[in-house]
Amino acid sequence: MVENEHLIDLNHITKEYDGVTVLDDISLYIRRKEFVTLLGPSGCGKTTTLRIIAGFETPTSGEVLFEGRDIVSLPPYKRRVNTVFQKYALFPHLNVHDNIAFGLKLKKLPRAEIDRRVDAMLDLVNLSGYGKRRVDALSGGQQQRVAIARSLVNEPEVLLLDEPLGALDLKLRKGMQLELKSMQQRLGITFLYVTHDQEEALTMSDTIVVMRDGHILQIGDPKHIYDEPANAFVADFIGESNILRGTMVRDELVHFAGQDFPCVDFGFGEDAPVDVVIRPEDIMLVGEDVGQLTGTIRSVLFKGVHYEMIIDCGAATFKVHSTTMQPQGSRVGLSIVPFNIHIMRPMERPGREG
Amino acid sequence: MSKVSQFFKRFYLGLVLFFLYIPIVVLIIQSFNAGKSRAKWEGFSFTWYEQLFHNTSIMNALWVTVSVAVLATIVSTIIGTLAAIGIHAMKKRPQAVMMTLTNLPNTMPDIVTGVSLMLLFIFANIPRSYTTMLLAHISFDIPYVILSVLPKLKQMNRHTYEAALDLGATPHYALLHVLIPECRQGIVTGALLAFTLSLDDFTISYFTTSPNVQNLSTLIYSATKLGISPTYYALSSLMFVVLLVLLLVVNKRTKEA
Repeated sequence: MVENEHLIDLNHITKEYDGVTVLDDISLYIRRKEFVTLLGPSGCGKTTTLRIIAGFETPTSGEVLFEGRDIVSLPPYKRRVNTVFQKYALFPHLNVHDNIAFGLKLKKLPRAEIDRRVDAMLDLVNLSGYGKRRVDALSGGQQQRVAIARSLVNEPEVLLLDEPLGALDLKLRKGMQLELKSMQQRLGITFLYVTHDQEEALTMSDTIVVMRDGHILQIGDPKHIYDEPANAFVADFIGESNILRGTMVRDELVHFAGQDFPCVDFGFGEDAPVDVVIRPEDIMLVGEDVGQLTGTIRSVLFKGVHYEMIIDCGAATFKVHSTTMQPQGSRVGLSIVPFNIHIMRPMERPGREG
Repeated sequence: MSKVSQFFKRFYLGLVLFFLYIPIVVLIIQSFNAGKSRAKWEGFSFTWYEQLFHNTSIMNALWVTVSVAVLATIVSTIIGTLAAIGIHAMKKRPQAVMMTLTNLPNTMPDIVTGVSLMLLFIFANIPRSYTTMLLAHISFDIPYVILSVLPKLKQMNRHTYEAALDLGATPHYALLHVLIPECRQGIVTGALLAFTLSLDDFTISYFTTSPNVQNLSTLIYSATKLGISPTYYALSSLMFVVLLVLLLVVNKRTKEA
């Protein structure tokens, strides 16, 4: 599905506002038909990155290549990208049809052609027959669909989406995630998606770019990012994690929580300080006599699919997800397979792999 | 007890309104009085209204008033709307400075504005005429247009303009087809306000026009010096009605917006 050719290249982009650095030497590329998500907490620079590609911001330094040509000085209305804004930014004085037709009218297409394409778009976003409605008479979800249609009808090379589902309720958001993803695959358009919702990023993306404080922390596909987080921040941000300070005794042996554990990582040197990350669902509860660690269950929370238990092992406290419940106060054994122990240097900043 | 206090409240309000409007009521009644005496009712008649429309100096002044109001409204609406868009796009600090500069003339007494404009024209060696009066009207109308357009811009989603650019509109096209239609209500309210203010201005016009170009208010003022004819009652009554209607329209629009 995703082609190898680079559609957009950001090379060493830095952006400063009044002396404050919001993007610090960012480099990444987007391939044709790829669904790339910029993921990070608010203020990490993800929206600024998007706005630089859209043309609303000019980077302080660095280059933005579109099919290999630098477009930094190209105004937004000459770029072959379209944006879906956070709060839709529809034109209230125009009805649904005219909102969607806005870009086509500017291209001076014949009226019949415009009507045909607008109707096809309304069909695509499940709003057939809504053309004559006022946009402020629509629900949030419907306005969102109009905003997407208004952008997609122009057949952009890249669709930029700035937290487009942020204002919708949970159920609607889940539905729209699937719809957006299938739309992207059907139309074969490149999507650059900005969100702070890690679950959204994992569900939809081909590639996730994790950002923080104007830096890129990790770039990779969702599974890679989830399974092999580059550092403790990524691990913590993507899903839940137990993060502990530990020492790499030697290759494939790590010391944390007062004990040595076999693991699969190597190359850190001997007695090197490391961050140890273990997903709550990767800790198995076993009998007290056979566990690598033993502890007391401090609290139990029912989370729907699983129970979340906090287990005090003396030297460390672990969060554990399990489908079977152990009563509070009981003693249990904990067991972790070597493959599920993730070792990382404290806050490293890798580039893109593959 | 509460009934009594209720009565006095209403009575007091009635008294205030009575003293506010009785002169105008008397004026309107007198404009229909057939006789010239103000002390005696000599029957209902439209005589003064007829004379009004045959009086060339009044008709000239009416033409001056209306044409100045229309031109000043058009020019100040254009300048004021563009100024509002510019101020809206400014950063916080310069925006606050601009807003103070915009509000200041509104709080200044008309006489200060009038005298200073007169001094400016004298200083610049521009003889006072129809044009200077028009320029004066444009200048005092602009702040009101800015103040009615700006809230509309503030209400707008701040990405709406960017959305237009994003869809391929040039800044010029986005201004004409998105920004201005979005704040149309504010623009029309501002224009109506400018027209009303221009129509009933006396003080500023008095200081900025030449003696041979008179609008209705300056004409009435000079007429009172000679002893006023009931024709002016008719004229004043008409002006009152026109301004009342305009004001009601502006108030209705402001409430709806």
